[in-house]
Amino acid sequence: MTDTTNAAGAPRGQSAADLVAASLKRRHRKQVWLQAIGIGAISIAFTMLFILVMSLVSTGWQAFTQTHVTLDVYVDPAEVPVERLPRGGFADVAGASLGAMLPDVDMTDRATARSVRNILSNGAQFHLRDLVVADPGLIGRTVTIKVPVSDPFDQLNKGLIDRDTPNEFRRVKNNEIAWFDALQDQGAISKPFNWALFTNADSRFPELAGLKGALVGSFWALLVCFLIAFPLGIGAAIYLEEFAPKNKISDLIEVNINNLAAVPSVVFGLLALAVFIGWFGLPRSAPFVGGLALALMTMPTIIIATRAALKAVPPSIREAALGLGASRQQVVFQHVLPLAMPGILTGTIIGLAQALGETAPLLLIGMNAFITSAASSPFDSATALPTQIFIWADSPERGFVSRTSAAILVLLGFLVMMNGIAIYLRQKFERKW
Amino acid sequence: MNDMRKIERDVHMTDLKIKARGVNVHYGETHAIKDVDVDIVDKTVTAFIGPSGCGKSTFLRCLNRMNDTISICRVTGQIEIDGRDINDRAVDPVQLRAQVGMVFQKPNPFPKSIYDNIAYGPRIHGLTKSKAELDEIVEKSLRRGAIWDEVKDRLNDSGTSLSGGQQQRLCIARAIATQPEVLLMDEPCSALDPIATAQVEELIDELRRDYSVVIVTHSMQQAARVSQKTAFFHLGHLVEFNNTGEIFTNPQDSRTESYITGRIG
Repeated sequence: MTDTTNAAGAPRGQSAADLVAASLKRRHRKQVWLQAIGIGAISIAFTMLFILVMSLVSTGWQAFTQTHVTLDVYVDPAEVPVERLPRGGFADVAGASLGAMLPDVDMTDRATARSVRNILSNGAQFHLRDLVVADPGLIGRTVTIKVPVSDPFDQLNKGLIDRDTPNEFRRVKNNEIAWFDALQDQGAISKPFNWALFTNADSRFPELAGLKGALVGSFWALLVCFLIAFPLGIGAAIYLEEFAPKNKISDLIEVNINNLAAVPSVVFGLLALAVFIGWFGLPRSAPFVGGLALALMTMPTIIIATRAALKAVPPSIREAALGLGASRQQVVFQHVLPLAMPGILTGTIIGLAQALGETAPLLLIGMNAFITSAASSPFDSATALPTQIFIWADSPERGFVSRTSAAILVLLGFLVMMNGIAIYLRQKFERKW
Repeated sequence: MNDMRKIERDVHMTDLKIKARGVNVHYGETHAIKDVDVDIVDKTVTAFIGPSGCGKSTFLRCLNRMNDTISICRVTGQIEIDGRDINDRAVDPVQLRAQVGMVFQKPNPFPKSIYDNIAYGPRIHGLTKSKAELDEIVEKSLRRGAIWDEVKDRLNDSGTSLSGGQQQRLCIARAIATQPEVLLMDEPCSALDPIATAQVEELIDELRRDYSVVIVTHSMQQAARVSQKTAFFHLGHLVEFNNTGEIFTNPQDSRTESYITGRIG
């Protein structure tokens, strides 16, 4: 072997060993370069990821707390007569008790009274109303409530409004800052964890806006997506991989499935809009339709993952079962499919994670509507996590800036969790043949 | 060849089990088996020998229609088992394979428990009515597979946790569990060490009492050790088929002679 190469290419007098030695340096250099490029690429990717996550965390963490004020409200029977419940001047009694806590405030002046009431979130009166409606015996007594403050004061408390800004350019005026500081001095201000972010649906008021509607909408959409894409995808993959004759038609189908996986998701949204809403008359903004659109998008991913998983099952297992007289259906369902299941589940979870973050098709079918209650069925109007992020990112109120980041963090949290489950399944069920 | 173990060469039973006439196999354009005629006798070990790619495994796989699973493979000719054409439309390959068991080159236990490996065949064919009956079949098969003593205390362990030789004996036991009449073995010892090979060979000799065994092997010594009949395949032809003693001591065809003396293959 060495003789022939030497005779063919090497200059006379050089042995193969010399040639190998001469090329070693070049080969090592190439390897060092390759490694350096690889490390560089990974570093860049990690830096980008780090910057992304840090910028989200640095703006988003503020949204996980919410400034509250604790009030002793005298439920004045004159303002809240028992016979008019659930209507009544709840905003007025709450405002009055707040005004009583502030120095030098003339609550008879309507403008001042309105400014004082504006410290409280719009949701405060409804919180009070719900308490009183639940127990009308509270009328004429004093109740202690802890309610969110409105967004500008929340921003002030979190240091997001600069006190050095000239008064005329500042959202919160000097007298309002003085009121807030007075409340703070009395220990009425607190900043607990913002449960409302998870228990409230969307709202025009940032301090009341939460992700519940989006979480529920995403849940319904993913459930519909899973229930449709998983059985159909696995069925199609099993047929194509195990039963379909290998000919031009199955080749064509295979190519088209791979193409389908690369179709931009907005196209699936248009399809869902035209077919499911336009022809079938399904409701707009409904997670059911969103789930259908996402299922169209996820199905190719599941088919491809399932086929890969089925292919990875060693032929020796099929032969073993066939050789014992198992029918093809028994081979597939008793041997191949169970062995391929971890791979299939991994692919499915990754497909669903992709669907969870998908925005474009949901925008087209109207899942970016402003909806203030969580959907109770897949046919109710709802938003989804990515569309909620889209809506909040578009909102002008300052409070939505940190809430957008917080929502992205929640979405990323779900994605990391789903991918974590996929990795866990893969590790746990990985087989050595 | 001198250390060949002497075993009984006499064929007591002369009932014909498998009769193949004019068998041709095409893989797409390749003509893999050319006009092969073979008579396989019951309760005998028949060895197929020949160089790599000579078609001996392909022919073996015709006998339980495993070639059906390869879409480009086309089998023509007549193969009868107990006088019935196995390629007849009326014959279901599932039924045929229950009757003709197979052991593969590489041990291929299911990644299930040892018990479930053996019980799988009887279960799908509905051979047992009760758990006790199934237990009995499992034990009997494992005993016949000469592996019972090694696994009786760990029937719930995975079949893949066994050593290579044990796995192969498990696969033989699994094939026996469906109570076949013919046992096909495709180079059953090629992945095994000499000790495991000896165990499996002993087992094959043992199985001859009840089954018609057809074994494909690369090793002429093995063919000489375990078989009573030997068929020599070369380039898709069945060159010579005779009693094993005759083939190895007095080959009629020059190609057979070349092969057993190590000049081709």
